[in-house]
Amino acid sequence: MNKNSNKYIITYASVMVIIVAAVLSFAALQLKDRQDNNVRMEKMGDLLRSIGKGEDANSVKDKFAYITEEYDKYIQKAYTVTTDGNISDGDAFEILLNLKSEYDKSAAERNLPVFESNDNGKKYYVLPTWGSGLWGPVWGYVALEEDWSTIYGIILDHASETPGLGAEITSSAFQDQFKGKQIYSGDKFVGITVLKNGAENNPHAVDAISGGTITSRAVETMIANCIKNYGEYIAKQRQAEVAVVSVSEVESEQVNTTDDE
Amino acid sequence: MNNTEKEPLFSAKNRNVLLSPLGSNNPITIQILGICSALAVTAKLKPALVMALSVIVVTAMANLIISLLRNTIPARIRIIVQLVVVSGLVILVDQVLKAFVYDVSKQLSVYVGLIITNCIIMGRLEAFALASKPWPALLDGIGNGLGYGLILVILGFFRELLGAGSIFGYPIIPDSWYISNGGFYSNNGLMLLPPMALIGVGIIIWITNSRKKKA
Repeated sequence: MNKNSNKYIITYASVMVIIVAAVLSFAALQLKDRQDNNVRMEKMGDLLRSIGKGEDANSVKDKFAYITEEYDKYIQKAYTVTTDGNISDGDAFEILLNLKSEYDKSAAERNLPVFESNDNGKKYYVLPTWGSGLWGPVWGYVALEEDWSTIYGIILDHASETPGLGAEITSSAFQDQFKGKQIYSGDKFVGITVLKNGAENNPHAVDAISGGTITSRAVETMIANCIKNYGEYIAKQRQAEVAVVSVSEVESEQVNTTDDE
Repeated sequence: MNNTEKEPLFSAKNRNVLLSPLGSNNPITIQILGICSALAVTAKLKPALVMALSVIVVTAMANLIISLLRNTIPARIRIIVQLVVVSGLVILVDQVLKAFVYDVSKQLSVYVGLIITNCIIMGRLEAFALASKPWPALLDGIGNGLGYGLILVILGFFRELLGAGSIFGYPIIPDSWYISNGGFYSNNGLMLLPPMALIGVGIIIWITNSRKKKA
């Protein structure tokens, strides 16, 4: 057979492409569930870590079971809110999986997820965020305390920031700086500013990563842009909080007892 | 022909095919191939190691497949055939990494996909697999993957140690050494940037070349 005839070449190329396509589709189908599950588990795990739970995920035998269990235990409520401050009926976790497409919508159409945790009477609100870094997307989970301003914990992650530089936003050294910082100054949203240094005594700022300035700035922008969308809702919550501050003691008692069931 | 078929699996020739890329014919230091990815993934040791393993798998399998097909491949589209085989394998590796070692696959991100463009792979397919039997081709693939991986791991080790003061993410340099804690030491941030990887490769090439002259 003439291996240089057009017929042979075309047949060869077609058969080869079909075989490769079949192998790849088969592999993709076989592995898809596992991959999707990995993504879900990662998001659940990050959510939990932002409120300081599920820290043992890497040392337990069955990571998936552990994370699911912790998630059910500590995340009591998940709902979505609109940018004008009302609770809407979206599936918070499904939206979290596709947070980017939610932020691609116009502000009025967004349903943004809020995850609420109640750990022995202490309430935390986890707000997922999404933005652009230097090379690709960055995202994070901002856990706020009951006052909707103090950061209890933050988990940041990225797709393709420079290893050793921008990628250091995932390090606990960087993330721990956020703890206790305030995103509100009085009633005004100020977010978290990233400074070159000297942020220790500033309640609204953290130190940037040396060599990772653009990624650090991206985190600052991401927090500002995303949390602003919750602004109306947070304002309502903060007003309500001021109104009930006198009875909150009694309420938290009651919440405790109902939780024990 | 008969003589070569009776050749033992690890004859001197085959051993040479497997081992020479580790030193005397190293793809990075001698053939100067695959520099690009050597710069990109070696800022930390762990991604460097996984990248090395992925490349070993891909070079070995691609060499084997192309060698098996070598008598059927039409010469005029051989590069396309190689490319399809290599990209198919790389996508497969990427999918497997995503399914089984998700956190590492996230660290490597786009670089797994870029294995397709790693010149070592195409280079070995063209230079060796198209003209060799499957077994030597497989050894050649593993050998070149190892040779590439060796340099990656050496680079990753020094860049992470000197640039971030850690190995595999565990801090090695004692905290009290750092200037911020009253010590005398500071990590060299330049080590983490690509230019330093290039200089690192240069130093490794220098060392291997000067050793070769002496021998």
